Amino acid sequence: MSTAQPPVPVLPGTTGSELTAGKLPQRAVPAVYGVAALAAVGLALAGMNRALAIVLAAAVAGVFLVGWAWLVEGRRRAIDRLVTISVTSAFFAALAPLVSLVETVAVKGSARFDAEFFTSSMRNVVGEGGGAYHAILGTLIITGLATLMSVPIGVLTAIYLVEYGRGRLKTAITFFVDLMTGIPSIVAGLFAFAVFAIFFGPGIRMGIMGAVALSILMIPIVVRSTEEMLKIVPNSLREASYALGVSKWRTIVKVVLPTALAGMITGIVVAIARVIGETAPLLVTVGAITSVNGDPFNGRMSNLPVFSYDSYRSPGVPPEPYLQRAWAAALALIIIVLALNLVARLVYRRYGTHLR
Amino acid sequence: MPETELGQQIATGTAVATPDPSSRGGRTTHLRVKGLNVHYGDFHAVADINMDIAPNAVTALIGSSGCGKSTFLRSLNRMHELIPGARTEGLVELDGQDIYAPDVDPVLVRRKIGMVFQSPNPFPTMSIYDNVAAGIKLNGSRISRSELDGVVEWALKGASLWDEVKDRLKGPGAGLSGGQQQRLCIARAIAVQPEVILMDEPASALDPIATQAIEDLLLELKKDYTIVIVTHNMQQAARASDYTAFFNVGPDGPPGRLIEFDTTQKIFGAPSNEQTAAYVTGRFG
Repeated sequence: MSTAQPPVPVLPGTTGSELTAGKLPQRAVPAVYGVAALAAVGLALAGMNRALAIVLAAAVAGVFLVGWAWLVEGRRRAIDRLVTISVTSAFFAALAPLVSLVETVAVKGSARFDAEFFTSSMRNVVGEGGGAYHAILGTLIITGLATLMSVPIGVLTAIYLVEYGRGRLKTAITFFVDLMTGIPSIVAGLFAFAVFAIFFGPGIRMGIMGAVALSILMIPIVVRSTEEMLKIVPNSLREASYALGVSKWRTIVKVVLPTALAGMITGIVVAIARVIGETAPLLVTVGAITSVNGDPFNGRMSNLPVFSYDSYRSPGVPPEPYLQRAWAAALALIIIVLALNLVARLVYRRYGTHLR
Repeated sequence: MPETELGQQIATGTAVATPDPSSRGGRTTHLRVKGLNVHYGDFHAVADINMDIAPNAVTALIGSSGCGKSTFLRSLNRMHELIPGARTEGLVELDGQDIYAPDVDPVLVRRKIGMVFQSPNPFPTMSIYDNVAAGIKLNGSRISRSELDGVVEWALKGASLWDEVKDRLKGPGAGLSGGQQQRLCIARAIAVQPEVILMDEPASALDPIATQAIEDLLLELKKDYTIVIVTHNMQQAARASDYTAFFNVGPDGPPGRLIEFDTTQKIFGAPSNEQTAAYVTGRFG
């Protein structure tokens, strides 16, 4: 057994054969970008626009690296580096607005991000003080109701489309779901307003109206994401279940849905995050109010997007406290969405199924 | 063995006396196929199959790809009906009862005629234990925990997997090796106590050692079950089966037809059909 010696590994470059090729120093990439970063800081301090300095330094560093690689490593590796640098730069370019947005909201919102903001409403508040308790409560109630309405409809629709639907009806439903995805949110709001106006007369404002408007926006997203998750459940699992003499409905409930569950929850959270910041439909259906209203079936309800919009559009005198509250409301909204996403991630990690 | 509702009759609402399994040795036919034709929409997949499948024996279906042997296998427990547009003509009888009769529920057919698939497909959300118990639990049977434990152990022993997994029954089924997963699927199939087990190339995704284990298992399983197996491996058919059916498509393409059906010894030793001889000696296919 032990007679065979392990062959000595012959790595390219160690023998001086035709397998060798030039290579940039090991830390060339971090070194070049390190210099570029310093240069960017220098340019910014010298008075250049911050973003422009970063873009300029990164572009010069990229061109320099590709050129250097071309000279030392040859054409193929230079192109490889060019593509790597382009892809990575595109990623950072896409990230830039997000970082900038979070930074702006965090800086401007932190001024009024205090305990009072979360515990008091705007009732009888003029100028400084006050808070968005009523708006946070309203947002949670309206979005919660919208979720309660859209998830059953959306999930059952997706189950129909994937497991039962055939022919024209399936095509038609798919088409209309696609169409619903494109509905402008203000149209959904006006629709909800019109429906309730038929029964309660014009000028009606209720939290549930906002929930209906939001669920119209949510349903297509829930249908689409659930559909995708159900589609990637391997057919072999359904077959395995049928072959055990399990009925179709039980197969769906006990085999297909558990397998897809984690992905479905992620999709639902994405849908919630999508509608929780909707302003226009809530503006026309639930309006705004300064005091706490926890009853979605009775009267106006405040909510974070409209609160933020209202405070910004028509601030009092002096305007500063109103603007600060608007930014704090935006920050609270972002944090709620972030928290929802984190919960979805945890659910996925805990219960996620690895499909082959 | 614990009594479960799984032993109920195929035909819904009709009480037909169940044949005593031990008496099956006296009979020569367990599944009888007469004039079977399967269409998928306009596509005629298999034509005019007549075959009597013997009880407590392994019947191998061989033939080149696309000759309809998998379709035929699936038509034996109506699994092919999952494909939209599937139509079946002819007769398939399980102990004399037509499984395509109008009052027969295909779900109940599949409780008597189980199936094992080409690539192992344990349920990824379930543990090893739950995978084996799936057929019982998913059917809503209410048997006690200790009875279920007994069935799971019995099924895993039947699939020669018990010794390898008895210490990690709560572990995920997907964590087993490919060969173990396939035996887990066999355990899952026999846990619902079927009479017939259909196997669609059960060893084609496995290495030779795992294949050997499955073939050894076939010899054990046929004492209690009737087994029909599709295989592309002619040595496997020769080694493990008692009867062999050779399928082929005509020169004009589908439908696939049953060319020759006989004892394995005859098919591989002295086939009476020229095509069969050419196929089993490796001259085509």
